[in-house]
Amino acid sequence: MSLGGGVSTAQARLERRPARLSLARRESLKGLGYSAPTAVIVGVFFLLPLVLVVWMSMNRWRILGSPTFNFPDNYTKIPDNQLFLDSVTFTLKYTAITTVLLSGIALALALSVQNQRPGVGLFRTAYFLPGAVGFAAASLLFYGFYSQTGPLDSILMDLGIADEPINWLGTPNAALFSTIGMVIWRFAGFNMLILLTGLQAIPTEVYEAARSDGASRWQTFRYITLPLLRSTIALMLVISITGSLLAFDQFFILTRGGPDGTTVSMVMVIFREGFTRFDLGSAAALSVLLLVVLVVLNVIQLRVLGRER
Amino acid sequence: MKLGYYTTGAALSILFLFPLLWGGYESFRGQPGSGQESGFGFGNYTRMADYGEGIATYLINTAAVSAMTVVGTLLVSALGGYAFARFRFPGKEALFLATLAILMVPYATILIPLYVVLGHLGLQNSLVGLSLVMIMFQLPFAIFMMRNSFEAVPRELEEAALVDGCTTFSALRRILLRAVRPGLITVGLFAFLASWNDFFAPLILLSDGDKFTLPVAVVAMRERSFGAIDYGALEAGVMVMALPCVILFLVLQRHYVRGFTAGALRG
Repeated sequence: MSLGGGVSTAQARLERRPARLSLARRESLKGLGYSAPTAVIVGVFFLLPLVLVVWMSMNRWRILGSPTFNFPDNYTKIPDNQLFLDSVTFTLKYTAITTVLLSGIALALALSVQNQRPGVGLFRTAYFLPGAVGFAAASLLFYGFYSQTGPLDSILMDLGIADEPINWLGTPNAALFSTIGMVIWRFAGFNMLILLTGLQAIPTEVYEAARSDGASRWQTFRYITLPLLRSTIALMLVISITGSLLAFDQFFILTRGGPDGTTVSMVMVIFREGFTRFDLGSAAALSVLLLVVLVVLNVIQLRVLGRER
Repeated sequence: MKLGYYTTGAALSILFLFPLLWGGYESFRGQPGSGQESGFGFGNYTRMADYGEGIATYLINTAAVSAMTVVGTLLVSALGGYAFARFRFPGKEALFLATLAILMVPYATILIPLYVVLGHLGLQNSLVGLSLVMIMFQLPFAIFMMRNSFEAVPRELEEAALVDGCTTFSALRRILLRAVRPGLITVGLFAFLASWNDFFAPLILLSDGDKFTLPVAVVAMRERSFGAIDYGALEAGVMVMALPCVILFLVLQRHYVRGFTAGALRG
């Protein structure tokens, strides 16, 4: 029995070196000790709630009163929740438009400030500065900015672009694109910074080689920068898509879901189920659904990312 | 060519700074019926300061949550990062993966059960409970950052101290913490910006007006204004929220950018 023999020689070796063993054990005890606060926080405030949310989704769970098991009611009633179905369509539309515009603008900004030259640091700071403002504060800022007291109407009318004041949040499309404008203002610099880290990882020799081969600016961008930037762009897309699918602050604060409930995001419906209708079970079921979709999406995106490398 | 570059850059910079500058201007500008009847002054700020429990309460609440979150995140991630970088222990990989998995789970999905969990812990409607939740949301970035920071420190630095009879804890406290200071500043800055500004977690976890943080309080102020909305007071509230972050970012910009470089290594 080679297996038994192996174990007994290992045992003999361990017995011959008791100091080693206790050292290893002491090391693992210390490691456990130092990581204990992390384990407690992750366990109590992340893993436990993660299990609980699944259990809640299987119960009739009101904010007051004791829960009763009702699986699968919270899930089977989702297709009847017209508000949620509408919010899925709206959130997907918002995600698609935002991601395309935001990525394009961030890429242009990153390319424009990637090279060191006098004053470029000031530009970077200016583009990023909105990112230091909280998202809720930014939404409130633009609530005033887009209002009748805001500066846009008079600027556009002075320039002769508009004849009369525009109701920036008044129609479904105006509200959507005004919100996207605010989101781009707030996050373009953030995405630019992500792309800059990727751009700066490209060795300058590669560019020099391209230049000595007589490559044009467009060719350099198309055949060198873009392929080498692919994984950074993928990272930016993952962050942007995930963030947009979970949109809340911008629609809760800036458009308040209006006009006429046309800008209600998925997370807003979850919030409403839980804290306006006090039906935590239903909110939990929608949350679990959202979690599953996002995990699947993340796995697919990571797969694609892995294949490209 | 050069002129074109700088003109475009300057125009874009103005475009990005304009809404903030406008907000600042509007917060001082007078409007009939507002706190500042005419001219320019602090009238909108005093009007806003009188709202609800008074701005002082909300400022103290927000500062308390931010302080607890920053200190807690630094403490947990410095110890945890040290453990992940220097020790072998059972469950190490699993704990690291579980911590990173926090990034994958939607905010709402975890906050709904947390509302129930905090209730059982006697931490409902509590600033301490809110801070513990914020620390949890900071951990993926903080642990990742601190583990990398400790790994970048040569082992010889602490081995000399350990040979001299220091315990691992005093080696950490006296020598290593100084070596990973830049990482700690980055982690602290991210924790501050997140906790000062967060809206969704306090909206769900806090129920009493006297516990509200600034973002929730200012949004509530707008919701409760009947008839004409007082935009001057609103923008004054926005400025109180935004200014500390803008100043802190300008001072610690270098440390902020390092957070991105560290994050991008993962991607």
